[in-house]
Amino acid sequence: MSAIRWRSRRGMLELDIVLAKFLDRHETRLSEDEVKAYLGLLEYPDAELWDIITGKGEPEEAEEALLELIRMN
Amino acid sequence: MEKRKFDVAIIGAGGAGMRAALQLSTAGYKVAVLSKVFPTRSHTVAAQGGITAALGNVTEDNWLWHMYDTVKGSDYLGDQDAIEYMCRMGPQVVYEMEHFGLPFSRLENGKIYQRPFGGQSRNFGGDQATRTCAAADRTGHAMLHTLYQRNIQAKTHFFVEFLAIDLVRDAEGRVQGVVALDMEKGEPLLVEARATLLATGGAGRIFQASTNAFINTGDGLGMASRAGIPLEDMEFWQFHPTGVMGAGVLISEGVRGEGGYLVNGAGERFMERYAPHARDLAGRDVVARAIAIEIHEGRGCGPRKDHVLLKLDHIGKDEILDKLPGIREIALKFAHVDPLEAPIPVVPTAHYMMGGIPTRYRGQVVVPARTGPEEAVPGLYAIGECACVSVHGANRLGGNSLLDLLVFGQAAAEHIVEFLKENPTSPPIRKEGPDLALARLARWERREGSERVADVYRDMQGIMQSHCGVFRRAEVLKEGIVKLEEARQRLDRAAIGDHSKVFNTARVEALELENLMEVAFATIRSAAARTESRGAHARDDYPERDDKNWLKHTLAHGDGTIDYKPVRLKPLSVPSFPPKTRTY
Ligand SMILES: Cc1cc2nc3c(=O)[nH]c(=O)nc-3n(C[C@H](O)[C@H](O)[C@H](O)COP(=O)(O)OP(=O)(O)OC[C@H]3O[C@@H](n4cnc5c(N)ncnc54)[C@H](O)[C@@H]3O)c2cc1C
Repeated sequence: MSAIRWRSRRGMLELDIVLAKFLDRHETRLSEDEVKAYLGLLEYPDAELWDIITGKGEPEEAEEALLELIRMN
Repeated sequence: MEKRKFDVAIIGAGGAGMRAALQLSTAGYKVAVLSKVFPTRSHTVAAQGGITAALGNVTEDNWLWHMYDTVKGSDYLGDQDAIEYMCRMGPQVVYEMEHFGLPFSRLENGKIYQRPFGGQSRNFGGDQATRTCAAADRTGHAMLHTLYQRNIQAKTHFFVEFLAIDLVRDAEGRVQGVVALDMEKGEPLLVEARATLLATGGAGRIFQASTNAFINTGDGLGMASRAGIPLEDMEFWQFHPTGVMGAGVLISEGVRGEGGYLVNGAGERFMERYAPHARDLAGRDVVARAIAIEIHEGRGCGPRKDHVLLKLDHIGKDEILDKLPGIREIALKFAHVDPLEAPIPVVPTAHYMMGGIPTRYRGQVVVPARTGPEEAVPGLYAIGECACVSVHGANRLGGNSLLDLLVFGQAAAEHIVEFLKENPTSPPIRKEGPDLALARLARWERREGSERVADVYRDMQGIMQSHCGVFRRAEVLKEGIVKLEEARQRLDRAAIGDHSKVFNTARVEALELENLMEVAFATIRSAAARTESRGAHARDDYPERDDKNWLKHTLAHGDGTIDYKPVRLKPLSVPSFPPKTRTY
């Protein structure tokens, strides 16, 4: 489970902050599917993940709901 | 313990580590690169502004002018042989990256795009030069991805999510590899190598307000210090003038390069007073200190007068979106303002570590010994932000770090090739070789403890911020050392609650904090000892630079003692640039 914590450590401070806030609020409540989708998001390169979070990139449909939660932080 | 054998072990997969790895793998050596995060998530990915080299694509240029600017920018603490080497090699390593496929932005004539950055001049202090090469605002990202792809082709062996714990040495001090923690399995791995290269990046997390990602915890410095290697010039930390108030996230100097400027609470463009010529593009230390003075003297902005504003709306919407595309999102998310319409609240924020593991310009780690102040440690090299070579001296110029990664990544690799030829075999590792590392791992198995790692972490950052920040003074530093000593003792009494094996982030953070603690101590002790102001080290009680007593490098030992060694004022082939008053 802590793999998602560690992999939320990024090269960009912007992502560190946004992802840590997201995990602090939601980590314990994520369903198995959501964990899977989140791990998928973490596979993106930093710059692309940041684009996706700031609404410039093109995420997969399955990731949209999760992204909404991340963007709220 | 599992054991693997390589010719070279490289710890760190940022720009520096991967540049060196590429050279060595291409030369046919068996190279292991260890990284605690996936290589392309190394902190180099965050570099937005670009890489400085005297290509002369926009304005006439010359590597000697670049050298002059770098020596002056360093407030004359930089070693001029290393600076000459870096500036002279600049164009070559940039063209090499272009050849490797780094997608640089282009000028209309097809040449590599360059932008003006602070501290860049033509003709030894004349007009502004335009010297920083950029791939939009993603130069670091582009560099890292290019190098990673090339390394895969060259068959570099990556150990991803392996946390290096400590160096392995023989009885004479020769370095023979490293013990790392396989984070996924939770087991240690011994990587044996004839040469070991540290490229672990910065340690900005010692401060509360920092532009650095959470992974920048100075692990390489901790490892060096525990191996008896002193840390050089640790009092010199660059505070970036424009970190977003509260979050630390960086607003690139590129914004000021494209015409953005700073205003105080009265709406005054105050940099005109501090640097009449270069204004907002003066050296970072000059701008950061100017902001700190404005805030200190009550001319800050906002209800608490605790920041200044960076204005860029006059640049124009199209220009901002085209030339500075990432800036708007950052301002929206972390400052909650739209920079197309309103200025961004900023404060000076810890950004870059000029000091580090002492090296010569071909990457060899050097320590004081009977033979002199710079005897090479056999088998050990360091490059990139964790090293102090020292090209940045007391203050780094923007864009010179990415250059440093490539130039010294290449130079170290070349020296390692020679070293490997001279040392075709290495003596077997002693039984007690890995003990230092294994003891560190065992320490966090302890279940009894009265302190929490996260609390000590936060307190250390607070102490460094308020006792060793932009303004420094004897009493404040002294008090800081006492408090930091208390924090260290609390760390000794700390335990972690989680003892699981797989991806135990709590354990990793505890190990990282031990490294940060080494770095914080070296920093504050060195700062307290240096009774002058030079570059980024600004002493309120000693406001002047003092070349008579302090034109020398600090060496802070892990046991708390401090040594000094001379600055190399003699370049390799050109006349020296003697110390002069630094004005912009
Ligand atoms: C926001 C920001 C913007 C910047 N912009 C610019 C710019 O425009 N131009 C410029 O020249 N400079 C810039 N800099 C500075 C520059 O980016 C860094 O100095 C440089 O990228 C450091 O590179 P590196 O290869 O030394 O280390 P990093 O890129 O930090 O890589 C360190 C590597 O070491 C690994 N590592 C660390 N500890 C361990 C361990 N214990 N075990 C295993 N692996 C470990 C990490 O996983 C990582 O792979 C910027 C810095 C910041 C913070």
